[in-house]
Amino acid sequence: MQLLRFFTAGNVDDGKSTLIGRLLYDSHAISTDIIETLTKQSKVKGGDTEIDLALLTDGLRAERTQGITIDVAYKYFTTGNRQFIVADTPGHLEYTRNMFTGASTAELALILIDARNGLTDQTKRHSIIASILRIPHVVICINKMDLINYSEEKYKQIENDYMEFSRQLQLNDISFIPVCALQGDNVVSQSKNMLWYQGKSLLNFLEIIEIDKPKLSNQSRFQVQYIIRPQTNTLHDYRGFAGKVLSGTYKKGQKVTVLPSGIETIIDKIEMNQHEVNVAETNAPIVFHFKDDLDISRGNSIVLTEDLPKIEKEIIAIICWMDSANYVPGQKILFQQNSFRTKAVVKEVISKIDIHSSIEKESDGTMRLNDICKVLIKTAEPICFDRYIDNRNTGAFILISENTNNTIAAGTIN
Amino acid sequence: MSKPLDYLDELESEAIYILREVAGQFERPALLFSGGKDSICLVHLALKAFRPSKFPFPLVHIDTGHNFQETISFRDNLVKKIDEKLIVRYVADTILNKKLQDGKGKFPTRNPLQTYTLLDVIEEFEFDACIGGARRDEEKARAKERIFSVRDEFGQWDPKMQRPELWNIYNGKINKGENVRVFPISNWTELDVWNYIKRENIHLPSIYFTHSRECILTENGQLMNTNEFVQREENDVVVKKNVRYRTVGDMTCTSAIESKASTVDDIIKELLETKISERGATRMDDRISEAAMEDRKKGGYF
Repeated sequence: MQLLRFFTAGNVDDGKSTLIGRLLYDSHAISTDIIETLTKQSKVKGGDTEIDLALLTDGLRAERTQGITIDVAYKYFTTGNRQFIVADTPGHLEYTRNMFTGASTAELALILIDARNGLTDQTKRHSIIASILRIPHVVICINKMDLINYSEEKYKQIENDYMEFSRQLQLNDISFIPVCALQGDNVVSQSKNMLWYQGKSLLNFLEIIEIDKPKLSNQSRFQVQYIIRPQTNTLHDYRGFAGKVLSGTYKKGQKVTVLPSGIETIIDKIEMNQHEVNVAETNAPIVFHFKDDLDISRGNSIVLTEDLPKIEKEIIAIICWMDSANYVPGQKILFQQNSFRTKAVVKEVISKIDIHSSIEKESDGTMRLNDICKVLIKTAEPICFDRYIDNRNTGAFILISENTNNTIAAGTIN
Repeated sequence: MSKPLDYLDELESEAIYILREVAGQFERPALLFSGGKDSICLVHLALKAFRPSKFPFPLVHIDTGHNFQETISFRDNLVKKIDEKLIVRYVADTILNKKLQDGKGKFPTRNPLQTYTLLDVIEEFEFDACIGGARRDEEKARAKERIFSVRDEFGQWDPKMQRPELWNIYNGKINKGENVRVFPISNWTELDVWNYIKRENIHLPSIYFTHSRECILTENGQLMNTNEFVQREENDVVVKKNVRYRTVGDMTCTSAIESKASTVDDIIKELLETKISERGATRMDDRISEAAMEDRKKGGYF
């Protein structure tokens, strides 16, 4: 069974939660007791339809009373041979950071556009984020087709506008589906109102799309998360370095380098669940043992000596500022990449991405909530990384405020 | 592009990664153990994450006093077998010490009272992270929660102020007095848990499987175990049925379901056919209001 992680994006009121609700409802992924509760709630709300499908994912009281999505809701469903994890993300500008959260682990972006409005700032912003995150697949659902009389012409116009806009972006695989989430047209089954559309329904599309996992290079990358030291009589000298293979593979006997120290050693043993294995593949949770007794700590990288990553104290990155407090020049922050953390500072805000054109514009040096900027970051300890476009697991990071401990930015290394 | 993993391997790898992040980032973590299948899976995952070493955290059980005997003996056997530290704190003690009102009514649940005991034990041991087996597919408020969920010094969850959580980078930095609730199996569904139990051959308390039991059939059709905490009435409809428990919580708020499933395979088959959700089928506590879980979480519940 394959797992597909996708997220919804689009403007407020474009119908994201309704579309997800429709997808779950029509694919029979909702239990009868939950439908019962929803029917009751929908009646209380006095809406037009029998069931307000958005109530399925709007799990917080404030969301239900305001009729908006504030934070990501994760939903799970299975059809035939595929398991889905959906992140229903908010459309409001002020909650873009939550949208970013839902998008960061996804393989597919489902972007909604209200057929009456066409492309909006949020469509563009979310597409830019999908592009920065290098989401492998994008499907654009042009929703509320009923409100434009199922017009093929208007649909084509939006499709053209989007293709024009996305030329600047790094989106490789873009598809379009005309839908009406409220009534279910082209969501699970083919619409009878749009016979001019020959493509697949959304669910069918999601079921059969060949999933490209986010880009990981074949280069062997590993970071130490935790050092296992039983300190018992029988295992007195046992020192195992636990972590996950971030990319590539590792084999017993290979020559490796510990970074940032640069010390070389040989893989003596690889363990998984206390059993020795000869090869460890990407994503495997393993424990390393080395020939030499070395000083290795949490956050250190273990890489093949023949294929080192970049090691720098200054990096250029694209970041999305996620703090309600603006960036203050010289502000002391922490840089975290997987288990590696070091003190850092944003030395320079190089440019700001203009969401209307997706073009980089000259920066005035400020960063406000939801700004997407190219920056120069200087760190106290050297960072071992690959470019994000080559390796998602070693090219992504977050910035943490030393003052509030909040996550204040997310970034991808150029 | 890397080849897609089997989804159970992917979920397992994610959970082990999260457990090791807890061990790496916190000074005094704990694993909240209820004796239910989800926390039993957590223990299994922790064995994979940390053996041959001991766990870098104790197991903590908040004992409501309304547990099934099978759960308690299972817990004690498991702890003995894996030789780990178990801390038990009793809701009954909290009720006495804090002069709290015990659960009332026909089915006097102590579920809301657990929160007091939990917050006390966090304070007593200064736990900075509590690992729990909650899953996002269980309930709509849980569907909104981060894997690292920061709670203030009162244990409160503020759903509008959650930290962004990106990729698999977990920010466990907190201020003094705050703590983090960590949910390594957030992305697992009920069915995933059972498929994993099958694959890993994990043992569970016997009440998850079919057995004959005397139950009170409630007005809304739920089968409640007859026991000393439930107030018996003359007109109670008492039936004897082949039942099993789909979730294992307190005897006073968890209902049984009619089932002939005697093996893990039977249960998986049953789940594939059922039309009722896990909590909908078994929990009285979530039926109180549509925001019951959200409200409990805001108050410090896990």
